[in-house]
Amino acid sequence: MLSLGHDHWFIRKVVFWRAAASIAWSVLLLPASTAIFVLLSRISVLHPIEWITGSLNILCGSYVIFSIVLQCLVVLIIGFFILEFYTAVPSIPCTRIALIGKVLHPQQFIHSLVHAVMGMLVSWCAAVMIGGRFQFLTTPCIAEESAVASSMCLNEYHLFFLLAGAFMGYSYSLLYVVGNMNYVSFPSIQQYKYLRFKGTLPLVIKHSAVQALYSVRNYCITYFFLGYIPRAWICTTMNLQKDRALHSLDTLTGLLDFSLLYHLWISGTFLLVTWYMTWLLFRIYTSEVYCFPVQSSFSEDAHQCLPKVLSSKQPLILKYLALQDFALLSQNSPSRRQEVFSLSQPGGHPHNWSALSGECLTILNDLTQKLIAYQEAVSSNGRIKPQSLGSDKRPSSSGSSATSLIEEPMSWQTPRVSMGPKTPGSVFLRSSVASPFTPDLGSPFGSPAMKRLTGTLDPSSPWHGSVQSPHVMRRGPKLWTSSLGAETPLNGSPQSGPAPVPSPVAGAQKPSLVSLWIQNRQEQVKNVLAKRVLIMYLFNKLPEASSQALFAESQAHIWALEGLSHLVAASYTEDRFGVVQTTLPDILGTMLTLQEAVDKHFKLPHASSKPARTLSSLVDTSYKTLRFALRASLKTAIYRITTTFGEHLNAVQVSVEHRKRLQQFLEYKE
Amino acid sequence: MCSLSLFPPPLPAGHVTLYESNNELVSATSLDNYQRQDWDPPSLLILKETLKPHNRLENSSKAAFIHHQETLWMRSANAWHDAGLSGLLDEIANSADEGKFPRCMKVGACCSLAILRWVSSFHGSLFPHLTLSSEDMVAEFSQAADWAGCSVRALAWHPHTDKFAVALLDDSVRVHNAKSSTAPTLKHRLQRNVSALAWKPLCASALALACQNCVLVWHVDPSSLSTRPSSGCAQVLSQPGHSPVTSLAWSPSGAILLSASPVDTAMMVWDVAGESCVPLQRVGGGGVTFLSWAPDGSRVLAATPSALFRVWETSMWTCERWPTLTGRCQTGCWSPDGSRLLFSVQGESVIYALSFANTPGELLGQAGDSKSSVIVADLSETTFETSSGETSVGGEIQTLVWDPRGERLAVLLKGNPEKSDSRSIIAVFKTRTSPIFELLPCGFVQGEEGADPHLIHFHPHFEKGALLTVCWCNGRISHIPFYFVSAGVPRPSLGYSPPVPYPSRGSEVSERLLYSELGS
Repeated sequence: MLSLGHDHWFIRKVVFWRAAASIAWSVLLLPASTAIFVLLSRISVLHPIEWITGSLNILCGSYVIFSIVLQCLVVLIIGFFILEFYTAVPSIPCTRIALIGKVLHPQQFIHSLVHAVMGMLVSWCAAVMIGGRFQFLTTPCIAEESAVASSMCLNEYHLFFLLAGAFMGYSYSLLYVVGNMNYVSFPSIQQYKYLRFKGTLPLVIKHSAVQALYSVRNYCITYFFLGYIPRAWICTTMNLQKDRALHSLDTLTGLLDFSLLYHLWISGTFLLVTWYMTWLLFRIYTSEVYCFPVQSSFSEDAHQCLPKVLSSKQPLILKYLALQDFALLSQNSPSRRQEVFSLSQPGGHPHNWSALSGECLTILNDLTQKLIAYQEAVSSNGRIKPQSLGSDKRPSSSGSSATSLIEEPMSWQTPRVSMGPKTPGSVFLRSSVASPFTPDLGSPFGSPAMKRLTGTLDPSSPWHGSVQSPHVMRRGPKLWTSSLGAETPLNGSPQSGPAPVPSPVAGAQKPSLVSLWIQNRQEQVKNVLAKRVLIMYLFNKLPEASSQALFAESQAHIWALEGLSHLVAASYTEDRFGVVQTTLPDILGTMLTLQEAVDKHFKLPHASSKPARTLSSLVDTSYKTLRFALRASLKTAIYRITTTFGEHLNAVQVSVEHRKRLQQFLEYKE
Repeated sequence: MCSLSLFPPPLPAGHVTLYESNNELVSATSLDNYQRQDWDPPSLLILKETLKPHNRLENSSKAAFIHHQETLWMRSANAWHDAGLSGLLDEIANSADEGKFPRCMKVGACCSLAILRWVSSFHGSLFPHLTLSSEDMVAEFSQAADWAGCSVRALAWHPHTDKFAVALLDDSVRVHNAKSSTAPTLKHRLQRNVSALAWKPLCASALALACQNCVLVWHVDPSSLSTRPSSGCAQVLSQPGHSPVTSLAWSPSGAILLSASPVDTAMMVWDVAGESCVPLQRVGGGGVTFLSWAPDGSRVLAATPSALFRVWETSMWTCERWPTLTGRCQTGCWSPDGSRLLFSVQGESVIYALSFANTPGELLGQAGDSKSSVIVADLSETTFETSSGETSVGGEIQTLVWDPRGERLAVLLKGNPEKSDSRSIIAVFKTRTSPIFELLPCGFVQGEEGADPHLIHFHPHFEKGALLTVCWCNGRISHIPFYFVSAGVPRPSLGYSPPVPYPSRGSEVSERLLYSELGS
């Protein structure tokens, strides 16, 4: 990630500048937050004038100036880490072991380490600014019992503060990774940056205060039990003495010091507020709309135009911003819509429209593939199909495109054996569910996508097997779609029929005896391991999480749906050359197929039909509900097209099944 | 300016308006004379006696059920959980008499309570509506004329199909369909004091309800035959400090839902599928009472309880403040192309118009460009000579609705309660929006004797003209069709706006001339 795509023009010209602007603003806000911190830290209700004048004096002092400079450094480093770690697609661990792996990842280790050090720096600044008994690490000893009267003693309060800062930095880093705070979510409504910041600031302060409170509690408990270790270590390395006249802080009497706890909490809040503010500003700046030109009159700018940018795979943030811009232009910009509908000057080809719609359809088809693959894996309950069936099936499904419709349900449903309660044999396999169930045998998929799938999705393909991470699953279907995506911009209309399947390659992999033997062994080992409760617990798929992971990219799909449907609806009055009409059957077909797959997904036994109640907090959990948003916007998109075109849709060429579905939509019965 | 004196006199008592045809309102002595048409929405009579309103006063049941033998800490925790800080302080102040709390805590709690009360009364003196109970507040700010007393509390037509939902006095909601006889009844634990209903556009099933403590979004499967959908079909959207909810508005593209509460200065922008919300906060006004989204989706009217309303522009969500002189904005409606806003102000009996340049939001748009509003109609009290004597008609405006083609404007006028011969009545105007805005009198719509109109709504896609649905105070819901041939203005389909000629500045002058010509 550290080296990914930094030379891309978009990263260089846009993302870097946005990050720099956000960090600059957080640096500029530092003096203000520092001033408030100083005021609050020396609050005294009984002597208000003294309090204010004293604080003002301190604010102009050299300690505070130096602390601000130091904190600027901290904010720069924090901002750098935010920039390096941000992502537009959340990574959702599907099992508990994956979550543990994520937390223990070396990259995450560096993140935590740096944040702990930064936390220590900030709390040193806080201690120095508060002054008084917190200011220095060493104090002259008070106790007279020691023989050497002039020896220095350890100031445990200072040490306590420094360790608290490290603890808070570490817990910030931990929550950052567990809560997927590196995920940049895009707002549902557009607002100016200042207003967005102003609207979220109270939430930032509240969240930081609450978080700091929890951190203080946890830290105190930790220090109570383990505090003697760092204290002894510091004492020995720096040759300091323990002051016996004071209560040591790992006792109850030492800890129950209201002023100490208050200062600890205030500085924790201060630390979190500055960091969260940096994070918030970064998110606001990054997710801001970037307006891509639809077409450019200069050929050297062509790579910056929307059609080109939309089809690029990397960097992801570019694709997301392009899709966001696409969705917005289709909604409220008639002049830019005209550019999309326009024809190329020599030749008269609708290049803009076909590139944009083709890319959107590719994205949507990808999702359909993924959903069908997931459903298939779940309905066979993670069991590997008999090899013969899969390989027998392949020639027929790849060879003919129309006839395989009838036989394909057989191929993926027959291997299902009724599962006893000891299914844990499947825990290592891709997307098994925790509880056994019978898949619904209702209507077989009548979609062309399904046909392709039975061809490509054979158990010997490289990504089948014990795949835990959603990334690999996500990559799978793209093997197939890359061919479609490559040819659509040229043809002007993506094919709705099945793309050629690489059948010879797949057919060549005949299972050998050795591999069968190994497979059996694996099964046995898994069966043995699965009986251990702890391993079960760690390796069991979390159905909610795998559902989330499946739809992790869905913000892109939502934009594609919105953009396409708005453009199609607008084409009813604005498309003078009829460029949209040529792709309308494909668009309808894709949406209806996806609708079918999504409906099926929500009928899976573990799928919840409503989002779980979440309390609104600063940490964005919108990625958890993306699938519901996708379902809603898919339906809305289809309705938008049917409402606009009405009875005219009967003249559009679609398959019989889709026609039935469309009729349902036309009668508002979905 | 159009005034009531240009109207044909109201019908004598006992006559009922049936429909409009050939530019005339036809009436008869009873509803049964109505000549049935080929399509007919269900006309309903929901009597108040058949409904059982819950006598749930807010804390009345508490004392009856909870036996006060819990420990002090449990009670305090419960009070904190139920009623927040003030509840906790109340509990401490009350239970300190039993001698379990130290005396200093009691004194502290009493002092804090006194300070709280003083602060809230100070706040209440700035915004008097905050002192109302939540039920009174809903009654005050609802669009219904008599929200608290009539059997129907809110009504909403589905934007695409021939079905409508009515919220009743007993907190249930019924969905009536013209094509089927099953009328599902929706009930939910949290469904109390429903003040507004809104169907989601571009969706067959989602219905949003503004309830006392939350917004409920029901998903009523249109093909289901069940008459009591389970409460699992409802999504609960709640946000602390955002209750009671008095108004709802879906964006015409169906993507987001706005909700408003008179006690919350922020209006909530809900992403319903994800159950998350973004507050849009602006200081001033003390709350938001009424929302109305322009049919082309580019602007939103947000009225506040004080003499101020805002017009939001929806591409960047910036707003324009419109201070009014006399009172709060009571109601408002948009022309079909979203270029003109009609609104009325409490305490005045005139309709104002605001026009906006129709630039359907390129990014970085602004809310509008007009400098001041224009009075387009004067509906102050006018006395008519009828066969049964003098009747006076006119007064404050309760509700304004504009039919989706922009050809009929219905105005629900509150009668003057101090005069016995004054009654509330519906005045209907003929309107034209292009090439220039015109307002012509059409007539009064009256119901059975003794029945006051209470709620009015236009059917969103009546093919032969416009269909006005009226809820009368005696529980009857009747539909009054206006048959006319549309002037050929294309109806905007939802989600985008058709190319509308840009209204030139010069037309404003001629418009005003037109009013004065009409008014004289």
